[in-house]
Amino acid sequence: MEIDPFIFRLSIFILSIFIGYYVVWSVTPSLHTPLMSVTNAISSVIIVGAIIAGLAGDTNTVFNTSSLFGFLAISLAAINIFGGFLVTQRMLAMYKKKKKDKK
Amino acid sequence: MISANLSAIFYLISGVLFILALRGLSSPETSRQGNFFGILGMIIAISVTFLSIGNFSSGFIYVLIFLLFGGSIGAFIAYRIPMTAMPELVAGFHSLVGLAAVFVAISAFLNPEAFNLGSKGNIKLGSLIEMSIGAAVGAITFSGSIIAFLKLQGIMSGSPITFKGQHPLNALILISIIVLIYLLCSIQSSNLFWILLAISFLIGFLLIIPIGGADMPVVISMLNSYSGWAAAGIGFTLENTALIITGALVGSSGAILSYIMCKGMNRSFFNVILGGFGATDQNSSSKSQEQRPVKSGNADDAAFLMKNASSVIIVPGYGMAVAQAQHALREMVDTLKKNDIKVSYAIHPVAGRMPGHMNVLLAEANVPYDEVFELEEINNDFANADVAFVIGANDVTNPVAKTDPQSPIYGMPVLDVEKCKSVLFVKRSLSPGYAGIDNDLFYKENTLMLFADAKKMTEDITKNL
Repeated sequence: MEIDPFIFRLSIFILSIFIGYYVVWSVTPSLHTPLMSVTNAISSVIIVGAIIAGLAGDTNTVFNTSSLFGFLAISLAAINIFGGFLVTQRMLAMYKKKKKDKK
Repeated sequence: MISANLSAIFYLISGVLFILALRGLSSPETSRQGNFFGILGMIIAISVTFLSIGNFSSGFIYVLIFLLFGGSIGAFIAYRIPMTAMPELVAGFHSLVGLAAVFVAISAFLNPEAFNLGSKGNIKLGSLIEMSIGAAVGAITFSGSIIAFLKLQGIMSGSPITFKGQHPLNALILISIIVLIYLLCSIQSSNLFWILLAISFLIGFLLIIPIGGADMPVVISMLNSYSGWAAAGIGFTLENTALIITGALVGSSGAILSYIMCKGMNRSFFNVILGGFGATDQNSSSKSQEQRPVKSGNADDAAFLMKNASSVIIVPGYGMAVAQAQHALREMVDTLKKNDIKVSYAIHPVAGRMPGHMNVLLAEANVPYDEVFELEEINNDFANADVAFVIGANDVTNPVAKTDPQSPIYGMPVLDVEKCKSVLFVKRSLSPGYAGIDNDLFYKENTLMLFADAKKMTEDITKNL
């Protein structure tokens, strides 16, 4: 008897929770704000679903209710992707070590 | 057009890159590289999606238009946002992830063929369950984050909004969400789907309104976690590995952050979520509010004290963010350092309105991160320091948490500021902090209160040094 592919996805999911658990505990507390903004950005990989939805219409009807929701989701996720990664980058660029030549 | 297997492998790669992105944050040196991995993972995921659909017809142009439209708004916000507004920004971004999840779920519900989920009115049972969970969690994330955003932005009052029967009502709604998902799966009526979404929006709203301003670090972390679970739910529907991995990562990340924040306040997660903190405690604190003498001083006194110190510890809090005093503070510290005074910063886990809020502000003001310490790292140093400079923090320095079992904040880890030889406390007035309790530190022999705006006071001290 074959195993339902759902079980495989569930395995990936459960193992990823554990990976997340250990990886996030190793994040230094001073970078918790960038952690939140970058998790924001990567969770917007949901754009993948939005693109599929947007392109689902046939050539004659690009816009139907379903694809319209897809297009809107693309914009929302894109705000997050660009905004999230860029603001993270901006924050991380500010974290500097003490300059040795100072004093 | 590339095969389903190949694209699945690419999604796996982008999932791994996202793990590396979070791994990079274990130290500031590797963090920038980590962010790059994250961007790379996103580019791979998006490109593979285009390639696997292989439909470069007119719809493709619209995808690009909407993508660039959203992207330029995002980029604009990212460059313009002041660092003090980071909590609002993150709350706002959470709401977008939630809404995007809802939209994708709606889209999949209306046109299941496009996602290989069966046909309309006859969606595969497993997919329908995953989809409705993703949509419900997404909707809760959306409306909850909107409330958090409004509270942080100050458009909505930060004080908890409670009413009679709140908890039973919430419980009732949560139960009806489960019942609706069950009914939806058995009769597949689109009306039920819309009702499910509507009450999920409602419960998100109701869950966050009773939670007060200073509990926002927990709320933001919790919504971060929800946005992850919503993404994972949609990931199961779309059978997409990248989305499942990311959802799990973000979900556990947010959960860990909420746990750290709750521990920083010595409160259980449920205690925070049920809300109303502060509102109930005000009665008990007001009765003990007899007038006690405080010593107050001016910038001149403070400058004199610090000039004669050999080590100073700075304790920043939310008030520093409100007054935008981080740059003025760093200038003051520069002057102190020129006089060979050792300066370090002590950060309480729940200082500010989100995890790591103070660290970002100090980094913005060019404070080197190796001068900034966490509570456990620095707490023993207070006894050896000459001056503690408390700027915009309050409850996290209150010694009552260690001494008075009756106090609502009893047991909360606090910074041992009172052990310093002298304490300078910058505050606008004597009013109690968020928790509604008097801070014993104000009345200590060795405390000098500096009643002024944090930024102005720091600037004045610098002039007097």
